[in-house]
Amino acid sequence: MSAQSSQSSLPSRAKAVVIGGGIVGNSIVYHLARLGWRDLVQIDKGPFPNPGGSTGHASNFIFPTDHSKEMTHITLDSMKQYKELGVFTECGGFEVARTSERMQELHRRMSSAKSWGVNDSRIVTPAEVKELVPYIDETVILGAFYTPSVGVVDSVRGGTIMRERAQEMGALQSFGNTEVLSMKVENGRIKSVITDKGEIEADFVVIATGCWSPKLAAMAGASIPLTPAVHQMKDIGPVPRFKDAKGDIEHPIVRDMDTNMYERQHGSGLEVGSYAHRAILYTPEDLPSNAQAALSPTEFPFTQEDFDLQDEQALELMPEIVGDESVGEKYAINGILSLTPDGMPIVGETPEVKGLWSAAAVWVKEGPGVGKALAEWMVLGESEIDMHSSDIARFHEHQKATFHIKERTAEGFNKTYGIVHPAEQWSSNRDVRLSPYYEREKALGAVFFETVGWERPFWYESNKDLLAKFGDAVMPRTAEWDSRWWSPIINAEHLQMRESAALVDLTAFAIFDVTGPSALDVVQRAAVRQMDVAIGKVIYTPILSESGGFKSDLTIMRLAHDQFRVVTGGAHGMADKKWFSDLLPTDGSAQINDLTTAYTTLGIWGPNARKILSALTKDDLSHEGFPFGTCRIIEMGPLRVLASRISYVGDLGWELYVQMEQGAKLWDLVMDAGKPHGLIPAGIGVYGTTGRLEKSYRAYGAELETEYNVVEAGMQTAKLKAQEFVGKAAHLKHREEDPAAILCSLTVDDHTSKSGEKRYMLGREPILTPDGGIITDSHGRRSYVTSAGSAPSLGKHVLISYLPPQHAKIGEKLVVEYLGEHYPVTVASVSSTPLFDAKNERIMS
Amino acid sequence: MDVLVCIKRVILAGNTFALNEDHTDIDTLHLGYTLSPHEESAVEAAVRLNEEFGGTTTLLTLGHVDSEEQIRSQMAIGPDRAIVLETDGSEWDPQATANAIIDAIKKEETKFDVIIFGSESADTAGYQTGIRVAHALGLPIVTNVKGLKVENSVARCERAVGNMREIYEVSLPAVLTVRDGIAIPRYPSVPGRIKARKKPMDVFPVEKPAAKIEKVKLELPPVKAKGATMLSADADGAQKLVEIFREIGVLS
Ligand SMILES: Cc1cc2nc3c(=O)[nH]c(=O)nc-3n(C[C@H](O)[C@H](O)[C@H](O)COP(=O)(O)OP(=O)(O)OC[C@H]3O[C@@H](n4cnc5c(N)ncnc54)[C@H](O)[C@@H]3O)c2cc1C
Repeated sequence: MSAQSSQSSLPSRAKAVVIGGGIVGNSIVYHLARLGWRDLVQIDKGPFPNPGGSTGHASNFIFPTDHSKEMTHITLDSMKQYKELGVFTECGGFEVARTSERMQELHRRMSSAKSWGVNDSRIVTPAEVKELVPYIDETVILGAFYTPSVGVVDSVRGGTIMRERAQEMGALQSFGNTEVLSMKVENGRIKSVITDKGEIEADFVVIATGCWSPKLAAMAGASIPLTPAVHQMKDIGPVPRFKDAKGDIEHPIVRDMDTNMYERQHGSGLEVGSYAHRAILYTPEDLPSNAQAALSPTEFPFTQEDFDLQDEQALELMPEIVGDESVGEKYAINGILSLTPDGMPIVGETPEVKGLWSAAAVWVKEGPGVGKALAEWMVLGESEIDMHSSDIARFHEHQKATFHIKERTAEGFNKTYGIVHPAEQWSSNRDVRLSPYYEREKALGAVFFETVGWERPFWYESNKDLLAKFGDAVMPRTAEWDSRWWSPIINAEHLQMRESAALVDLTAFAIFDVTGPSALDVVQRAAVRQMDVAIGKVIYTPILSESGGFKSDLTIMRLAHDQFRVVTGGAHGMADKKWFSDLLPTDGSAQINDLTTAYTTLGIWGPNARKILSALTKDDLSHEGFPFGTCRIIEMGPLRVLASRISYVGDLGWELYVQMEQGAKLWDLVMDAGKPHGLIPAGIGVYGTTGRLEKSYRAYGAELETEYNVVEAGMQTAKLKAQEFVGKAAHLKHREEDPAAILCSLTVDDHTSKSGEKRYMLGREPILTPDGGIITDSHGRRSYVTSAGSAPSLGKHVLISYLPPQHAKIGEKLVVEYLGEHYPVTVASVSSTPLFDAKNERIMS
Repeated sequence: MDVLVCIKRVILAGNTFALNEDHTDIDTLHLGYTLSPHEESAVEAAVRLNEEFGGTTTLLTLGHVDSEEQIRSQMAIGPDRAIVLETDGSEWDPQATANAIIDAIKKEETKFDVIIFGSESADTAGYQTGIRVAHALGLPIVTNVKGLKVENSVARCERAVGNMREIYEVSLPAVLTVRDGIAIPRYPSVPGRIKARKKPMDVFPVEKPAAKIEKVKLELPPVKAKGATMLSADADGAQKLVEIFREIGVLS
């Protein structure tokens, strides 16, 4: 087949052109064909079947467990596909610990395995490792995380089979030795791809060109923010012990986590790989052409000095093999792979160019899964696995800057096997987005965490005095891990808010207006809730995918008959913007204006909020005069402020919007007026965790994902609007059927660990039956902690989790697994009933 | 038996490469360096002599101090020490190179029994350095050696000349220039590398004398595409393959 197609000339038109013949491109063409697309053309600048990309020299092993659910599910799906293709060899894999800190981390991996559905993992002793890896010096390690289902694949063969299947379906022509040189875009849509062998018009173009992807995206004016980076690997052998090795691999792979290395048998040799060296970053332009490359364009000459320490560490762990003078280095490379600033792949339609799709920064272990997900997304509109963490639309402008990419990938590289705390902050490229309050916050000792570039106070050292005031009610934590990136001041701020009032910097909100004669139609189509409401109404609404899962949850203010202001979380804001943009009519009768950096927001909540604001305005702020769920302009001194009476923390209060340059003035006015009423500045720790969890409010990306529906999340309304909206058919069905899982709030009954220390879960841990059994709902989804945090007003640590109906009962006793131990928990509320102020009297006061 | 092996780091390039702006040199921005296979064979031959007769092997290179990487790699398979005649990395003409090496050898306490060069350097192919050094030191030289056996201080050297083999015997001390095939180089082992890191390496800066010959310009030959051509996916490929075998003389 490929012989014929490489002889025939390039067609002038195709439905879709897939650029790249690595594992990712091959998976995509297969799945597009499988889902019924025809007239597909695949192009690679190198020759098939191994055109010179990263796939050709990968170590090709797969460990399924990752702390990211999305990553684990994509990997598990890929393993299934590799098995079906007949190119998977199961060999087992150990992640070994040299330190006690790592042992704790391995227990955390165990939790992730349980939460995401990796069934066969267990923690083992050094002796058990030795049994299966007899050449290891087991005295160097304390234990290991063992997964028997770990395996290696033949990714070139697997890719070839997928490509050939697409060809056999009559869906695909593949062209090797054909280089894409540029692309044409017309009216914001991809029009054609220009290669050295001719031009092809196409409705869809997919960039699956691995570490070259930024260059390809730039051809169309789009951005794929990744960098080519070196991963060093050497293959030593022949190893006497492996002399009679029959297959590719007979011994489990060892990941030496604390040294950022791995050792994997490869036939008669042993591959030793490292993520420990300095970050060696290139640009796509640095990569040589196939003709220029000494080995291949993605194999740079090995730089031994970067591996010197690794030689010694490998020798320490596997002296029998690595210390054998007769075992030589057969092959050593600085292999090139792709790194992204946040470590996740870059998948989906580019926000800049319609019809131009990306599937980049995808590893062999994710290739087939991403290929399938992307094809589903293109053909069916959404993928079965929620890909929001990989969505290319997630990037904010500053995250596309080369500087950002280089800084963050350099920082992230050595954390490839690192122990990364769930709240861990980046230290590079900070202070790139500053709110108008930044200097004031800094003066108050704000501890800043970063969200999509914004520096946000998580708590204020200036509130330290409140610790004494509230005493043990701040629920102090002693364990270092539990209290890393955390402070009891958060809980003190929370209690002060509940007692008087707190001011929260919400500048990181993404804000965009939908305007024009068709604006109502657009928001009506996006939102589950009725949007044809009176001007001045604020609507909190789920945004659904076609299958009725959560694409987002956000608030929309109707500011005029033809103007709707969408306010959503910064983290997911750009993807939300793309979602709405995609719903715009083609006739230009509605537009989207991104106002994220035009407006800043301060939230003020607490029983004294009204008193404080009333001192600043003559406008009627009474409950009747300014009802909950409404917004309007009020005057505060020199400022005209858009005030919106909603709450994400469960207290009376308003969000106050002013133009960015007026923010500082607003801050000063409110802080001054608040002084006599006990107003404090409070951080995002209160807003995002404690206040929210006491009220069982959901957060996108935690509780809300496309894998769960509105009924399961307990967010259905009694009446449904008559108008159409995306996901309505599915939602109607969900309303009819019994939910497979129900979102519940649980409280921890006893925090005491075996060592007697009180421990506090941080989220993503598995919820188990009292005897430690896994809880799975009828759709195969595990029960795990979607969010965790203190509920200081209740004196409890709260865990949110979806539970199957038989467990979703108030008073139900279960356990949570945290770092290898089980702690008793009780279901405290089912569905959306808040734990604190269940009747919402505070908000409605 | 004490052996000196003179080696040179060269560019590791693919089928094509780029030239610098005035076309006087290769653009090395994204290229790596290596030792050519016949010089690796030279080191292997030296190490085997040590294994057979004891003694030491010293490596010598004239070039950029970054050549340390290639030197250490070679020391990983056995050589005991290295001398780097440090330059700024620019190309020296063969006479200048030979003179610097001659000076260095004269300063050495060790009286080398065998001095081995590659028959030519892989990048500039001057074929001169070894001969110049032998001449200056008054030593016999056998060039293009493909096989070596030493007995009673006499080296039996095999040269390939066209289809024929010539055998020379030369009393040591002597200079040999060798081709690959003289000894298949072993791969460095990890413990070898670790040891190599601690082996002595003397670095002596050397001044580049005024060039007596000058490279005027480089011109790139037309590019020949790398990569496989698929003859056929069907049985008719066998016939095509036979034709090609005939063309290249594998079949007659
Ligand atoms: C040493 C090493 C070991 C690794 N080990 C593992 C492992 O054990 N497990 C794992 O999961 N991952 C591993 N990886 C990562 C893995 O190799 C890559 O992530 C994966 O192969 C990427 O696949 P891809 O299809 O996206 O890219 P590639 O395989 O790089 O394919 C991209 C293709 O695009 C083509 N292309 C580029 N530009 C153009 C153009 N202008 N026109 C036409 N075609 C173009 C290229 O020729 C290339 O064939 C390893 C990587 C390295 C470097």
